[in-house]
Amino acid sequence: MIYVVITFLWTAILLYILLGGADFGAGIIELFTSEKNRERTRKTMYEAIGPIWEANHMWLIIAVVILFVGFPKIYTTVSIYLHIPLVGMLLGIIARGTAFVFRNYDAVEDDMQKVYTPIFVYSSLITPFFLGIIAASAVSGRIDPQANDFLSAFVFSWLNWFSVAVGIFTVSICGFLATIFIIGQTTVESDRLHFIRKARRTIFVVMFCGALVFLAAYFEKIPLFDWIFGDTPGLIAIIAASISLVLMFFVLDKDKPVLLRLLAGFQVTMILFAATYSHFPDILLLKDGANLSLLTHQGQAKTIDSLGYALLIGSIFILPALVYLIYIFQKKKEVDSDH
Amino acid sequence: MDDFLAARLQMAFSLGFHIVFACIGMVMPFFMSLAHFYWLKTKKTVYRDVTKAWSAGVAIFFATGAVSGTVLSFELGLLWPKFMEHAGPIFGMPFSLEGTAFFIEAIALGFYLYGWNKLNPWFHWATGVVVGISGLLSGILVVAANAWMNSPAGFDFIDGQYLNIDPVKAMFNDAWFSQALHMTVAAFVSTGFAVAGVHAVMILKGKNIAFHSTAFKIAAIFATVAACLQPLSGDISAKDVAKRQPAKLAAMEAHFHTERNAPLIIGGIPDTARKTVDYAIRIPGLLSFMTTGDFNGEVKGLDSIPKEDQPPVAVTHYAFQIMVGLGMAMVGLALLYFLALWKKKNWLKSNWLLKLFVLATPMGFIALEAGWTVTEVGRQPWIIHGVMRTADAVTPMPGIAWSFYLFTGVYISLAVIVTVLLYRQITMVGKIYDSSSKVPKS
Repeated sequence: MIYVVITFLWTAILLYILLGGADFGAGIIELFTSEKNRERTRKTMYEAIGPIWEANHMWLIIAVVILFVGFPKIYTTVSIYLHIPLVGMLLGIIARGTAFVFRNYDAVEDDMQKVYTPIFVYSSLITPFFLGIIAASAVSGRIDPQANDFLSAFVFSWLNWFSVAVGIFTVSICGFLATIFIIGQTTVESDRLHFIRKARRTIFVVMFCGALVFLAAYFEKIPLFDWIFGDTPGLIAIIAASISLVLMFFVLDKDKPVLLRLLAGFQVTMILFAATYSHFPDILLLKDGANLSLLTHQGQAKTIDSLGYALLIGSIFILPALVYLIYIFQKKKEVDSDH
Repeated sequence: MDDFLAARLQMAFSLGFHIVFACIGMVMPFFMSLAHFYWLKTKKTVYRDVTKAWSAGVAIFFATGAVSGTVLSFELGLLWPKFMEHAGPIFGMPFSLEGTAFFIEAIALGFYLYGWNKLNPWFHWATGVVVGISGLLSGILVVAANAWMNSPAGFDFIDGQYLNIDPVKAMFNDAWFSQALHMTVAAFVSTGFAVAGVHAVMILKGKNIAFHSTAFKIAAIFATVAACLQPLSGDISAKDVAKRQPAKLAAMEAHFHTERNAPLIIGGIPDTARKTVDYAIRIPGLLSFMTTGDFNGEVKGLDSIPKEDQPPVAVTHYAFQIMVGLGMAMVGLALLYFLALWKKKNWLKSNWLLKLFVLATPMGFIALEAGWTVTEVGRQPWIIHGVMRTADAVTPMPGIAWSFYLFTGVYISLAVIVTVLLYRQITMVGKIYDSSSKVPKS
């Protein structure tokens, strides 16, 4: 049953990055869009993410619940030593979720929109940035339960070039996912071409940010290169991702939105796979080498069993409903655009 | 500010904020679905208009409730890591199920809000009902987790170790039913009176009267029926607390001395040094009767509890008085309303009854917050009753006071924005929602 729980945890994180990430990306793109294109970007984005945006963020809650029920030691260690970036991420989540609803449900359209919109776009940037920092800090081995001063216990546990680079990389991934997603949502040819150009640029930004991560890892003496290229499955994942990226460049302007989305999803899945595979079952690398592992730091058998059953039963309800939700609004969109 | 106090205050603020949004988010879908049902049945446009206006309210409150709930799931660890390390695996069952219920709610809300004219009308309606039911389930599950802190079950605590964990037993602890029942009814009371009060204001102002009267009627009937049920569930809760947490009951009642024929103490100012309550009304024997069913039954006083295990008396007592007092006021108003519906139809057209409802707008929520204060403060000094002290659970990270200021600022600004937003929704009813007042487009 422990492997069922771990699979759910990994899948919840992946889906949060993919769906929640595309959602954050919508805000990020708005930030990097020129004034004259901003309005139509916003409109296309809103139509695309409106019905599903709440559900996208549920994956984070699922992941957190799995952690604190099944792996309490891991949850609490992260909570204590990464308190500050977690608070940063939470502020982003609060600001973004509420600003999104407020700007769509304000009965009066006036200057208040000038308040909501910046909050929305900047919090869309901040949240994945801190998420990236937290993820990087989990594996960078700087968390030190033996530290006895504030800075080394609660600040240098996460503040280093590697974490910052991963934070930026995560932001770029979100932007990338959103641009690929939005290509299929456009109804006007000029919009489609506009977003294809944008997607092309975003891909270069992602590659640049990825290079930054390797550079930062080198400076911080983190053996990232060995982790990713050191074992065969990780290496295969990265090669597969690279091939699909090349493929993506060729089909970008070919009006194949579903294929594009699948390719983008595949690439991000492979990146997450390569990043987590080499450490498994360890999930939190500590400074003193006493790493926390999903297998040795799991809860008692009965807890894991009931958690596993709860997740399995839950997914019977959730997955069909979610798929139907996405299907029906995508279908309606196609019908609408045919007219 | 002391870190421990700051952590407690931050938790209290976060819960106090979340609870309002969570309640409205789980109760308003039922109002909305009932109005929607009338629309599908009668095809009177006023019902459709009310449904649409309320669904905007649901969207705003659900989103705010969802983010504040997400924050809470992290705050548990950020503020109380030692608690979560041991409690997580034991009381996690309701949380893992709640994850599902909450997810379903979000999906159903997506269908509902964006499904107008796109889905089969009855399927669309049903998704609205699902929003309500899954919201209610989420609420019950979370309260079951809280009940476990009052009534720990499903593990053996041996030499500081938490052994033989049984998550299902933990979920169905002794307090889950009475707490969940009391909270569910409270959610209907507080949301019902708040919504009814707002529409009463608009009727008194003479704006979109047909629209607001329809809305008022639906909200008022939910509110008043629930208000009359609440004392019954309160009675179940009180008897339960007397049995399981005598210290909490003693603090609620400011009952210092163990005695038979114990009086019910109403109001007054508790003096913990002199162990007495000044200026209170005492009804002899009633507390004994209410908790044991016998006027001569023994009720444990604070003197039976070791000093270091006693909860703060004044806060718990005042909060309890506020909750019961407001609860009774709402029962009174409910009875007046029933009388008006049954015998005195002319009262329904009079302003004074509406004005009373306006007065009652915040009462339910104040009572709700007071009730949670009783539960949470009355459990102190324990975070897990009789097992772990709150002071031992707090995070080792210093500087929590800053985090408290930060989150307080965020919550206050959110409360302000939500209020502005609602005010605008309500004042714009004539333009956006009430189709009878719209000028037909040429």
